[in-house]
Amino acid sequence: MKVLVAVKRVLDYNVKVRVKSDQSGVDLANVKMSMNPFDEIAVEEAVRLKEAGLASEIVVVSAGVSQSQETLRTALAIGADRAILVESEVELQPLAVAKILQHVAEKEQVGIIILGKQAIDDDCNQTGQMLASLMDLSQATFASKLEIKESKAFVTREVDGGLETLELDLPAVVTADLRLNEPRFITLPNIMKAKKKSLEVIKVDALNLDIAPRIKTLKVVEPGARKAGVVVADAAALIDKLKNEAKVI
Amino acid sequence: MAALIIAEHDNVTLKSSTLSAVTAASLCATEVDVLVVGFNVDTVVSQATLISNVRKVIQIDSPHLADHLAEPLALQILNVANGYTHLLAPSTANGKNVMPRVAAKLNVGQISDITKVETPDIFERPIYAGNAIATVQSNDNVKVITVRVTGFDPSPSVGGAASIEKKDAVQGARKSAFVSRDLTQSDRPELTAAKRVVSGGRGLGSGEKYQEIIVPLADKIGAALGASRAAVDAGYVPNDYQVGQTGKIVAPELYVAVAISGAIQHLAGMKDSKVIVAINKDPEAPIFSVADYGLVADLFAAVPELTQAI
Repeated sequence: MKVLVAVKRVLDYNVKVRVKSDQSGVDLANVKMSMNPFDEIAVEEAVRLKEAGLASEIVVVSAGVSQSQETLRTALAIGADRAILVESEVELQPLAVAKILQHVAEKEQVGIIILGKQAIDDDCNQTGQMLASLMDLSQATFASKLEIKESKAFVTREVDGGLETLELDLPAVVTADLRLNEPRFITLPNIMKAKKKSLEVIKVDALNLDIAPRIKTLKVVEPGARKAGVVVADAAALIDKLKNEAKVI
Repeated sequence: MAALIIAEHDNVTLKSSTLSAVTAASLCATEVDVLVVGFNVDTVVSQATLISNVRKVIQIDSPHLADHLAEPLALQILNVANGYTHLLAPSTANGKNVMPRVAAKLNVGQISDITKVETPDIFERPIYAGNAIATVQSNDNVKVITVRVTGFDPSPSVGGAASIEKKDAVQGARKSAFVSRDLTQSDRPELTAAKRVVSGGRGLGSGEKYQEIIVPLADKIGAALGASRAAVDAGYVPNDYQVGQTGKIVAPELYVAVAISGAIQHLAGMKDSKVIVAINKDPEAPIFSVADYGLVADLFAAVPELTQAI
């Protein structure tokens, strides 16, 4: 079974987010960019499937700017077998990415598609579901456990109030939540090996898809800051404040 | 213009997140309808008819819709979507699961997690874990939206008199099946809907201490239980206790953070609470920068004292 994993290049999660003074967006110039953390979990899960003998090949795909090749190399270093970049200089929104992934998934005839549940930049949480919908596949979002048995996927999902388990016909789309696994550290030998793996670049125009952005960002601002309150002396003073000032108890 | 809301429920009770979605929808459209999809949902439907500002409740009832799986649910939504300018669902696990499926089939973008409606096609939504707020405009003919529940006051759950329209369920190819559910059993208010929340962090040191220190305080003030990601990762409490960017987003009237330092991703999940209390022994902890009332103290002494004195 071939596994397709989608990854996105985003602002590194440790970098402080700075809004541009002209309110046009978040400043991404000269800051560290990394693989979206949820996508890293998705790649790790695919590698574990292969190590368990359940997957034959892992194809990792990204859609975006040319520098996304670095993100794909990281995925190859974790253990993906080959990479595809669908290169685009125009902004790609989730619907556009889903259409691109559909194209790749159909061409590659994959058995399962694993993505991160959301990207930590736009926080959309859409691409996996949209892809499943476009391809008429079943889906399991927010996965915390994935098992493949008798050509079905059994996925435990994190839902409001607890967990639920679904059984999916393959091919299917699974989106990774935080607790699906802990991605391995990338070793130097694996980084070297990754450099020799195949990385194909396709121009998005060659796919002939409608990828026009549907949603226009008018402005981006910093959130209103919450002002710090007062430090109280002890529990009794706290209760007094909550009862008589805030009136919440 | 008319908006359709996909109701959040468990086949028995309508969840209050639906009421917040109604408020958001009434800012988008003059007519608001509610769609209840499930199995044996008569009581949910009658609860929905009482919501203020709702014109009509559409009921689609079928055994294969009992578990709210995304594939059949999306089919039902698409079957009744015609004529609506806005399709909205609360940003719950279910809403987030199904709405992008609907948007993709309609070939439109989705506006996720809106916190404000400026005009029927301009919305505010947090990005970068709430570190920036984007104002976005959708030019699609149908707006598919998920609503961040903490951004909108719930519409009153009484006083309405909506009509009921029953529709037959659409059958689709069965590609997934429900296996099991393991929900945390609790008599407490649900975390995202609670008026009061008490959360514990890693400073507690163990799951036993969480039970010993946090639970009695929550019991005393009738609060839901929460936790930081560090406390969840350390195994003190189950995953669904987690408050933060990757966990639950809460905005209760009172949020008490005990032994939580206040990592940015935790703050993203609770900073819209009305009153925040922080109890921590480290006076430099970032949680104090958002707290209305801070208590710098040894929690093992201060919290039981607080519990007893309230």
